[in-house]
Amino acid sequence: MGSVVRCDRYPYVTGSSVLGIKYKDGILLASDTAGCYGSTVRYKSVERLKRIGDNTILGASGEISDFQAITNLLDELITEDWMWDDGNKLGPFEIHNYLNRVMYNRRNKFDPLWNSLVLGGIKKGKKYLGMVSMIGVHFQDNHVATGFGNHLARPIFRDEWKEDMTLEEGVKLLEKCLLVLFYRDRSAINKFQMANVTEGGITITEPFALKVNWELEAFRNPTKGAEGSW
Amino acid sequence: MSSIGTGYDLSVTTFSPDGRVFQIEYATKAVDNSGTVVGIKCKDGVVLGVEKLIPSKMLLEGSNRRIHAVHKHAGMAVAGLAADGRQIVARARSEASQYLSFYGEDIPIKELCDRVARYVHLCTLYWWLRPFGSATILGGYDRDGPQLYMIEPSGVAYRYFGAAIGKGRQAAKTAIEKLKLSEMTCREGILAVAKIIYEVHDEAKDKAFELELSWVCDESNKQHQRVPADLLEEAKAAAKAAKDALDEDEGMDAD
Repeated sequence: MGSVVRCDRYPYVTGSSVLGIKYKDGILLASDTAGCYGSTVRYKSVERLKRIGDNTILGASGEISDFQAITNLLDELITEDWMWDDGNKLGPFEIHNYLNRVMYNRRNKFDPLWNSLVLGGIKKGKKYLGMVSMIGVHFQDNHVATGFGNHLARPIFRDEWKEDMTLEEGVKLLEKCLLVLFYRDRSAINKFQMANVTEGGITITEPFALKVNWELEAFRNPTKGAEGSW
Repeated sequence: MSSIGTGYDLSVTTFSPDGRVFQIEYATKAVDNSGTVVGIKCKDGVVLGVEKLIPSKMLLEGSNRRIHAVHKHAGMAVAGLAADGRQIVARARSEASQYLSFYGEDIPIKELCDRVARYVHLCTLYWWLRPFGSATILGGYDRDGPQLYMIEPSGVAYRYFGAAIGKGRQAAKTAIEKLKLSEMTCREGILAVAKIIYEVHDEAKDKAFELELSWVCDESNKQHQRVPADLLEEAKAAAKAAKDALDEDEGMDAD
């Protein structure tokens, strides 16, 4: 006993926050494309949003290699499901449950997949948006975020998210939060992707940048309210 | 072809004096007695068709599929013992999945055929295993283009332009040889395969049958899938019309 290699100490290449909201026609997910190697922003073109089948999108923060392992598992799952060819397809709820079981079982073996996963999808008109964490905690909500997004973006969601937003309103809300994350999260870069899933299909945008304004009053004297900090 | 191998046919590990393994030949008989399966390789893809004989009116339409996807880019049509065929397909799927996970790319069709043939042959080498009582026609599309292979119960596998197994194989092969496959698209191929299957179906000996058609071609995005419902109906209608016309002609000649 005890000859098992423990790979659970720390992640190596990590992705920062993922944001997700429900809107009128479906789900929107957003993230930046940075892969950090500790405090170095080493990889700047990491795709952290992936399509799963025809009606689900997955975003992950945390260890990138574990995310790649998860997408491999899901690809196998989706191909097997596709080969049945019986008119039935795995929907977002089913994939959520599958991921939950995978994450929870790994945590029980003290060898977690070091990710916070955001899963969004729509099947037969029913919208779904949920999260699975690396210890197997899982829930669904109208808006979710991982990592720093929980602290910086979710308060904005709580104030400004409303039922049945249009696509434009949803994108604007996400862009506002992405900008805040870029200003305040040191592991975020100004290069983002957004994924949209509706009954009509999935689109993942090419990486885009947002207009940044470093002339804001609050940046002029950043330690004004907290003398001695930096 | 003489059928009885008295004394040399009890085990698949016994040769007869004239160099035959009778158990394998008997396995092939199981294939020869099943509904016809046809495969053709067209200019832009492969079409597979099965004459699925329906033994009972109680069977739900569309059940007991004889054509199975092996991976996104390949499919197999099975003739002979259905359960044996299912096992072969399961093995093919497992090989394809393992290859992808090991090499990071879709299994080339030649490689897939090789693996399946190896497995089928394996079951002819030991006295505690029996040979598979089914043959499969494998169609797929990889970077070398569309390909068609057939794997027999002996484990022999060849690459074909057109292949047929089952009851009506002789008539089907003759019909396939008349087709100009290198100039045909899969859309035309579907009509041709449907026509052939309706033609070789023996109304006197067998009752009802269901036509199963699948393709893997440029139009299907190089993915193996059942032929879309509207094209299938079109093919069935055209094939039925052709068969009725043929029957009419034959009726007149008989008079």
